[in-house]
Amino acid sequence: MSFSSSNPALKAFQEQILNAANSKQILSIQGGGTKSWYGNTNQHTKIDARTYSGILEYQPEELVITACAGTPLKEIEAALYEKNQVLACEPPHFGADATFGGAIAAGLSGPGRIGVGNFRDFVLGVRILDGKGQDLSFGGKVMKNVAGYDVSRLLPGSLGTLSLLLEASVKVLPRPATTATLRCQISQAQALKFLNEWAGQPLPLSASCWIGKGMGGDGELSIRLAGAAAAVQAAIPLMSSLVLASEVDPQIAQTFWNDLREQKLPVFDHLGSDQTLYRLALPAACGPLNIPNADSEIVLEWHGQQRWIKAPGDTATFDAIKKLATANGGHATRFKQGSNIDPSFQRFTLLSEQAHSKALELVQARLRSAFDPAGVFATSRLP
Amino acid sequence: MIPMNMVTPPPDLAAISALQSKLVSSLRPILPDHALLWEPEDTIPYECDGLAAYRRMPLAVALPETEEQVAQILKICFKMQIPVVPRGSGTGLSGGAMPISQGLVLSLAKLKKIVSIDPFTRTAVVQPGVRNLAISEAVAHHGLYYAPDPSSQIACSIGGNVNENSGGVHCLKYGLTLHNVLRVRGVLMNGEIVEFGSLAPDSPGLDLLAIMMGSEGMLAVVTEVTVKLIAKPKLARVIMASFDDIEKGGNAVAAIIAAGIIPAGLEMMDKATTRAVEEFVHAGYDLEATAILLCESDGTPEEVAEEIARMTKVLEESGASGIRISKDEAERLKFWSGRKNAFPAAGRLAADYYCMDGTIPRRHIATLLKRIQGMELKYGLGCLNVFHAGDGNMHPLILFNGADQDEWHRAEDFGTEILEACVELGGTITGEHGVGIEKINSMCVQFGEGERESFWGVKSAFDPEKLLNPDKAIPTLNRCAEYGRMRISGGKLPHPDLERF
Repeated sequence: MSFSSSNPALKAFQEQILNAANSKQILSIQGGGTKSWYGNTNQHTKIDARTYSGILEYQPEELVITACAGTPLKEIEAALYEKNQVLACEPPHFGADATFGGAIAAGLSGPGRIGVGNFRDFVLGVRILDGKGQDLSFGGKVMKNVAGYDVSRLLPGSLGTLSLLLEASVKVLPRPATTATLRCQISQAQALKFLNEWAGQPLPLSASCWIGKGMGGDGELSIRLAGAAAAVQAAIPLMSSLVLASEVDPQIAQTFWNDLREQKLPVFDHLGSDQTLYRLALPAACGPLNIPNADSEIVLEWHGQQRWIKAPGDTATFDAIKKLATANGGHATRFKQGSNIDPSFQRFTLLSEQAHSKALELVQARLRSAFDPAGVFATSRLP
Repeated sequence: MIPMNMVTPPPDLAAISALQSKLVSSLRPILPDHALLWEPEDTIPYECDGLAAYRRMPLAVALPETEEQVAQILKICFKMQIPVVPRGSGTGLSGGAMPISQGLVLSLAKLKKIVSIDPFTRTAVVQPGVRNLAISEAVAHHGLYYAPDPSSQIACSIGGNVNENSGGVHCLKYGLTLHNVLRVRGVLMNGEIVEFGSLAPDSPGLDLLAIMMGSEGMLAVVTEVTVKLIAKPKLARVIMASFDDIEKGGNAVAAIIAAGIIPAGLEMMDKATTRAVEEFVHAGYDLEATAILLCESDGTPEEVAEEIARMTKVLEESGASGIRISKDEAERLKFWSGRKNAFPAAGRLAADYYCMDGTIPRRHIATLLKRIQGMELKYGLGCLNVFHAGDGNMHPLILFNGADQDEWHRAEDFGTEILEACVELGGTITGEHGVGIEKINSMCVQFGEGERESFWGVKSAFDPEKLLNPDKAIPTLNRCAEYGRMRISGGKLPHPDLERF
């Protein structure tokens, strides 16, 4: 259990963890606090992960960046931008103070996810402090690495329930040489049909978004193309002619995709105090869903595989939405709740509510106790 | 040829025979006669996988035909506390499917149905014994394919690919098995059927699908896999570039990536390999080149033309001494034929070859190749170097004669030294072949005690009794202590600054 670093921030982390383990205290890991509303509520003592910050290694020709978890996400993105590279899954910031570690722990991805994969797909290695205060490293800085279990890829989306992330190495990609955005008015069913058909063809489709009212009527479909200039130019007339789409001004398009990523589009505004923003993750085969009590417009991303719906925040509504998502092979989350909604509500679909997953609850509990035997980390945040 | 004996006490033959009878009589009621083997002449084909230097006879071999039979077999073995070694096509190169003498080999080879194909959602549901290439062949008429293409793709199975997180020559652009599998259905050691992942983009709870990938048959037995299919590119062309200097070749790889290009494939061969394969395939390789790079572009014809032009420019600026671009599909396949036949070509040069699988950061390619040259002299053995240069994954093929005990030991030490150099250069001991039994000692070098203890924690979370392929991939504390003593007595201690043992 030796501690190899003399870094004061790491020593302080270790002390806090060991003290918590000894005094049966629970710790809640926090970065910039921009996503503190996400996941089950917890009022535990905070560990401020921002005290360990900075980019440790970045060599553009290796397509890998290694940084401390407390590094501001915008600092990472600025360094990449300078070398014409990006975090291709476009993790949302949800605020100026978002950190690299927070983005990984939340595991959320933006519009680019459908084309390139989720944040987990890009994580190559991590350094963590486990619940015993042990300084451990898994994975590495290379693309291909099958030495030992892939522990580093358990961390994205774990919401700080497994260990304290200290450092991570993630794969980055070149910024696409060209992008273009097409837009048209089309029904939800038609949008889903075209998007899936296009995804099965060699087209440079990198993101999609449909915004409209539930089942009936047309909505606005935006499609982003990205890749080699020749590929994008060849795809524009081909796709436009099928759905009568027109090209969007590049400046306006860039703002749109960024606002979608950060949930700053008007459709996300004004979450009512009794409302909840629900997130549905669904298979590609899932057609339009008739959401009970859905208010106003809904948003489809990732060719319909991620859907955002504002609806009343009560338990009956969540149960109905959850049931609908599960019946279609997916799951639902209470992503963001209005101010009047009981903060202690369970935000996630449970493993036991999914087919053939009940036995995994025990596996998951044992995994957590392997990394955190004393229960130091706020496990309740992600069941 | 079996160096493992130094840690395994001699087996008690009478006890093994009694255990075998007990196991066979327990399994007979649930399996048809042809699906259960225990006579030595029947089980001998299972004594090793693709790493033939490590062999052991199992108690018995079961070849279930349904998931239900898999679950029943596991339940019985769980009850009898008999270890189980799952096996796919047996093409693995790290001894991951080497039997345990008092255990059962569970072959998934008979579960080989393609359950369903859905071109609209670009997915296929397949049983674990389906061959990697068979998936792409079955969906080709939809204009789709399954991207990961390990060199053994004609023979290797998708269940094995999941367990090794297999790569291939195109994974720089298209990812590993991890990136191309949506859902895995499997059976835990206690017989419970579970599903990891789903057809949705993510699943509730921790990402257990991720930890299943590359778990070397130690966490659950795979019974069904849902793979992602992608659109087949309309065209592929490859550039073959010669370099008179290894360093220039290595730098050219970095320069292509730095220029913002992700080639579909980026492979490198050294001079010894080029000469060996040219004699074998007659692809017209430049025999004077110190290094040859193969850079592939795929996509629409417009896209490929643009990318080939950009890559050609970078290669010229990097000092390539010769550049050829494939004119048509026949020539593209010809350019690739040498790279794809490096292993059989090595087989013509020596009685045996030992294939390594380290990965290093791309910028150290030249450094490592130079070190390997030194090792060739030190161990008195030749070595061919082929590389997945795009992702730094290298496959040195050490040539030796297995009939000569001393040559085999030198080959093993040569291999170990290469792997330790990979770790030292910031890489890893295995990029895609897995640890298995072969590299288990090197795990003591790459990981400290805390990490290894965590790996055992992961193992126990799925298989608390440690019955599923328990002697592979993760070394015990004792094993590493033993290995540490051997290394010290052999001379100097590697990485004396680290508390490894």
